Amino acid sequence: MTKPTEKLELFEVFVRSKRGLDHKHVGSLHAEDHEQALEYARDCYTRRSEGVSLWVVKSSDICSSQEDDADCFYDPNDDKPYRHATYYVLPDPVNNM
Amino acid sequence: MSDAIKAATLEYATRLGDDSVVLGHRISEWVSYGPFLEEDIAYGNVSLDYIGRARMFYTYAAELANDGRSEDDFAYMRSDREYRNLLLMEMPKGDFAYSQVRQLFADVYYTLVLPELEKSKDETLAAIASKAIKETKYHLRRSRDWVLRLGDGTEESHTRTQKAVDALWGYTHEMFDMDETEQLLADNGIGVDVSRLRDQWHKMVSDILTEATLTVPEDAWAVRGGRTGYHTENLGHMLTEMQIVHRSHPGCQW
Repeated sequence: MTKPTEKLELFEVFVRSKRGLDHKHVGSLHAEDHEQALEYARDCYTRRSEGVSLWVVKSSDICSSQEDDADCFYDPNDDKPYRHATYYVLPDPVNNM
Repeated sequence: MSDAIKAATLEYATRLGDDSVVLGHRISEWVSYGPFLEEDIAYGNVSLDYIGRARMFYTYAAELANDGRSEDDFAYMRSDREYRNLLLMEMPKGDFAYSQVRQLFADVYYTLVLPELEKSKDETLAAIASKAIKETKYHLRRSRDWVLRLGDGTEESHTRTQKAVDALWGYTHEMFDMDETEQLLADNGIGVDVSRLRDQWHKMVSDILTEATLTVPEDAWAVRGGRTGYHTENLGHMLTEMQIVHRSHPGCQW
């Protein structure tokens, strides 16, 4: 027998904790569709005043970077210091950088 | 508040508390048996809403009784014959379709009853209704959703849901009965005249059942008795389990 959740979609849940702040990823859940996912997100993640707004996104719709790409994605280019803002000496009048 | 009105209000608050605690307990029986984790948590939340509602009604009943009893005494120290809940609320949880159909019947009922109760001249009852309205809006969204999914789902889910509708229909008529107590309160602007909500309930439920490709039953039979303490055999068993800890350890605190 297949588990009921195997037939359901996986959704990622994002909660905005208060107006003006960004939505933050808080976890994931299973649901039949977006509408149900939103209801479960409300029940699983916002029952204790955690948020004022919810987003649910199908996990399959998220395109993520791969472990194998770490080298070329995140190499800080330390051998090319001029690519970092701190390499440049600022003139004195610019004091708020 | 005259003595007659006060006594009627006490009875009324107790009835409303009984409806809430019995349905809340029935829903709680799904905890850890839900079809999947998310639904388990969500339905458990609904149960907590009802138990919270029962606490408010019982606290008010205890205040009106003013005889040293607390909300716990109302919930745990009365027998099935003293309970005044509607029979619909005490029916065993059955399969998931059965529970969701019962939930739909109850949620539509409260969708109609609570806005009327919110207009009550009794400030406490009005305040409880006001809080409960928000919960019920969400409950109905859920139960309506489930009945649509199950009714218009697979052949098995359709069959089970129709069976539940047919099995529970006869218990819904009692929800709209008025007796002397409730009539007195309705006449004084304190209680809700539920007899006037029947047609709206029938229309709302019929629309949802039809959309779910289910058949609205004929009014062929009706069972009554909850408001006078004549219950089905199910309530006694339920209360035994619900009350055992409190009765075994009276006054126990943790």
